[in-house]
Amino acid sequence: MKTKFTKFMAAALAAVMAFALAACGGGGSGEGGDAVLKIGSTGPLTGPAAIYGNAVKNGGQLAVDEINAANADGIQLSWQAEDDEHDPEKAVNAYNTLMDSGMQILVGPTTSAPAVAVAEKADADRVFTLTPSASQAAVTEGHDNVYQLCFNDPNQGTAAAQYILANMKDKKVGVIYQQNDYSQGIYEKFKAEYEGAGNKIVATEAFAKDDEKDFTAQLNSMKNAGADLVFVPIYYTPAANILTQADKMGYNPTFFGVDGMDGILTAENFDAKLAEGVMLLTPFVASAEDEATQKFVKAYVDAYGEEPNQFAADAYDCVYAIYNAFKETGLDASASTEEICDAMIKVFNGGFTSSGITGEEMKWNENGEVDKTPKACVIENGVYVQK
Amino acid sequence: MADRILKTISTRGLKNAVRGSEYKREALISYGILIIGYIVLQLGAVGGLIGRNLQGQFVPICVYVSLAVSLNLVVGISGELSLGHAGFMAVGCYSGVLMSRILLPHIGFEPAIVLVSMIFGAVLAALAGFVIGIPILGLRGDYLAIVTLAFGEIIVNLMNVIYFGFDKDGKLKFAFNHAIEDIENSDRIIAGAIGATGTKTMVTFTMGLLLCLFTVFVVLNLKNSKQGRAIMSIRDNRIAAESIGLNVRKYKLTAFVVSAALAGMAGTLYGLNFSTVAPTKFNFNTSVLILVFVVLGSVGNIWGGIIAASILTVLPEVFRQFADYRMLTYAIVLILVMIATYNPTIKARVKAVWTKINPVKKKDKDKGKDKKRKKSGKEVA
Amino acid sequence: MNLLSNLISGLSLGSVYAIIALGYTMVYGISKMLNFAHGDVIMIGGYISFVMTVYLGMNGWVGLLIAIVTCTCLGVLIERLAYRPLRGTGSLAVLITAIGVSYFLQNVALLIWGANPKMFTSLFDGVKALRLAGGKLVVSPESLFTIAANIIVMIVLTLFVNKTKAGKAMRAVSEDNGAAQLMGINVNQSISLTFAIGSGLAAVAGVLMCSAYPVLTPTTGSMPGIKAFTAAVFGGIGSIPGAMIGGLILGIIEIFARAYVSTELADAIVFACLIIVLLVKPTGLLGKKVSEKV
Repeated sequence: MKTKFTKFMAAALAAVMAFALAACGGGGSGEGGDAVLKIGSTGPLTGPAAIYGNAVKNGGQLAVDEINAANADGIQLSWQAEDDEHDPEKAVNAYNTLMDSGMQILVGPTTSAPAVAVAEKADADRVFTLTPSASQAAVTEGHDNVYQLCFNDPNQGTAAAQYILANMKDKKVGVIYQQNDYSQGIYEKFKAEYEGAGNKIVATEAFAKDDEKDFTAQLNSMKNAGADLVFVPIYYTPAANILTQADKMGYNPTFFGVDGMDGILTAENFDAKLAEGVMLLTPFVASAEDEATQKFVKAYVDAYGEEPNQFAADAYDCVYAIYNAFKETGLDASASTEEICDAMIKVFNGGFTSSGITGEEMKWNENGEVDKTPKACVIENGVYVQK
Repeated sequence: MADRILKTISTRGLKNAVRGSEYKREALISYGILIIGYIVLQLGAVGGLIGRNLQGQFVPICVYVSLAVSLNLVVGISGELSLGHAGFMAVGCYSGVLMSRILLPHIGFEPAIVLVSMIFGAVLAALAGFVIGIPILGLRGDYLAIVTLAFGEIIVNLMNVIYFGFDKDGKLKFAFNHAIEDIENSDRIIAGAIGATGTKTMVTFTMGLLLCLFTVFVVLNLKNSKQGRAIMSIRDNRIAAESIGLNVRKYKLTAFVVSAALAGMAGTLYGLNFSTVAPTKFNFNTSVLILVFVVLGSVGNIWGGIIAASILTVLPEVFRQFADYRMLTYAIVLILVMIATYNPTIKARVKAVWTKINPVKKKDKDKGKDKKRKKSGKEVA
Repeated sequence: MNLLSNLISGLSLGSVYAIIALGYTMVYGISKMLNFAHGDVIMIGGYISFVMTVYLGMNGWVGLLIAIVTCTCLGVLIERLAYRPLRGTGSLAVLITAIGVSYFLQNVALLIWGANPKMFTSLFDGVKALRLAGGKLVVSPESLFTIAANIIVMIVLTLFVNKTKAGKAMRAVSEDNGAAQLMGINVNQSISLTFAIGSGLAAVAGVLMCSAYPVLTPTTGSMPGIKAFTAAVFGGIGSIPGAMIGGLILGIIEIFARAYVSTELADAIVFACLIIVLLVKPTGLLGKKVSEKV
């Protein structure tokens, strides 16, 4: 009895503490006053997908710091990134945390399923949302205030199929995709476009987990079907395993990836020889010669000690796009979230363009989809070469 | 505030209840925590004391409370380790979401849709519990645990390859292991690994509370019934129970199926609270999380599970202020709390160390000794 | 030929599961607890070895040795700090603590090494793969060595447990903790030793796994950990040869399911096989049937 009671009291005390702290968290929601435009972001900062969320967090921070340091138009930004563990439930929590601290514009969520869940809430709250990298079509669908800076999955799938049809028509194509919210959508559209043109995918294989180890069965299937081009619409972490194992098997088709493949060269101690000849459609090329990219990559490496991947670049561009659009609205940072949202929608739908390191003159349509051209690249001698 | 309320339950409430049976007390505390918690949180939300972050978690808290209570039926009362509870939640979630989408064009009254969907979710989850329960309940201990784990993994895998959606004429279509062709994105209900999308969110905190109350009601009543006593006697000594002619399998199956059905309802509640749910949500980690609630709330204890589930759901959010160290802090707290709850000697040791670090004044010291003596006296007694 | 090639892949994956399962089963045998943090000790082993070889430029084998020492200490420390305080309170409490330890290790790794994957340099970097039948069959040195390591570890462990004094003490503790204590066996020491061996093995498993499948992230160990746990149960948990056989069979089933049925449904098939085996043999392939007393 005695111990039970103490236990109960301990639990009660913990409960009080938890709620009190949670209530504290909701404290600083004072709007206006300080003329800082509060930008929030969510993404997986822990767990198996942590690499993407952290890249967005860092990329966005970099842009915000640059803009604040330049202080060109008197607009100061703040940047707060919250962890969503790549889980829609936690993403809604993260979003609510940001709302509690007075967020005015959302740059996020980083990944698709969380973005779909948050988009609905952001729509209801009238928070202007520009996601750097959540590419599922359902993210923007039905929401007038949600925009994507990345290509959406259907467009990527279609674009990849069109590129292959136009440039590598006589290759035998196989597909290895991942059963997740990102890869599956691209694969479906790729298949529709590619097979719609009267071609046949010779082999299709899948895998389920982010940290899947063995791909020999999938690769054997590709090899046996005689595929000499393997379309891999997946993230680069499993792709690194696939490339290593294909090499060990002595199987050397052309691997063709999309934006998730970008970053493969940033994996530490990665033998770039394995990626020799890998093609990818990507909006961002870390080794591009142009000044903006060089500057970004250098600043990123200086600040975080690793090469940026496409997620970081997307977030960086998002912040600049928001900043440029916000200047056009003529509002100042003390405006309400809803005012900002309406004004931003008008700007984004009104022929606004923003140039950045993932695309020149990016435009948005009313569905929130971005219009930019993907760059087809080949990895040669450890660097991207644009095709 | 919550402090005072909880105190009230635990002192005055307890005193009154103790006169009744053990069951009455447990029921009183469980319902009390739920209802008072609900009132406090609602008042806090209306009064602007509670931030959006916590408000957004009201329904998930209810979901996890229901799941913890229902899993307690298997782990605490039936005494079997289950590592696949999220699988039943998944079945309930998907079937509930599906039913809600089917009903949405026909019924305008959302609570009715939720209720029907929930019942549908419960039925299918119960069916899953029955199918999986029949063969496996003969297994013992960790072997049963691994089979439930396997079941959870199978469910997640199957969810990755099933597709539901409406075709152009509004007819329901199903596909296995390939996407439905020629379908608008908005007409998709369940799309393989993408999960359930485009769900209309329609549940409220009140519905969550009702589900929690219902779950507690079912579990407590089962626990206190003839069947419940039989189930517990099997847990305590299977052979003895068999020898007096109890049908072990039947009783174990009852607990298993009821638990699955309740988890299914919680799953529906979960599914209808988010516009999208991906299959990965229902993996091993979620099953384990629910188990953590049950164990931390002390196995078999219903209200302990309720409190543990609520606190552990909120905790990672509270720890957001630790930024990068959030999940690390959570892990450390989890370990420490487990040790503190389950190991009384550690607590005593911590106290001893504390007095060493903080040498108290002489007068107080004597008092302290007195207290110690009293305490040890009690322990002996 | 295709069959053989898949069989080799299956053995290679299975041998990784097996060597993890050996550590799992050792710990289970003596402390009757499912050590869910075992997979994460493997991950730490991988990272330590990575740091030694890539950052500090050491030889791979020296790196392995340092990883073994570190993980051994880590395992003993975890047991001492997290599990021992809960001994005798039932396996569930320890299970949950193990999950806490697992979260802890993953997040520590995330904070130290970041989320970006690291590519492990194989122990056999530069060693040519064995090519048979005109290059159609490729057997990598990693799989050959992992299988060999498995057999050696299994034999050594079996001998150790059956022949040495410390091993016999371990068995005694696992049979009956209380009685062993009465016979003058230092239970704490025995359990510490088990964790030391189990965690040392985890380091070996980590290095071998990363040699074969080089992508190293903070969650690298969790899935293989679960699979190895499955393998250990499959073979009869607590049984040393059972863990090895269970691991190998699991690997083969997994690859065959992908190769001959469907990659989309592979996991479901693997786990369905597991359920079926357990229904036929409720204590695993080589598990002991424990008779119950009233």
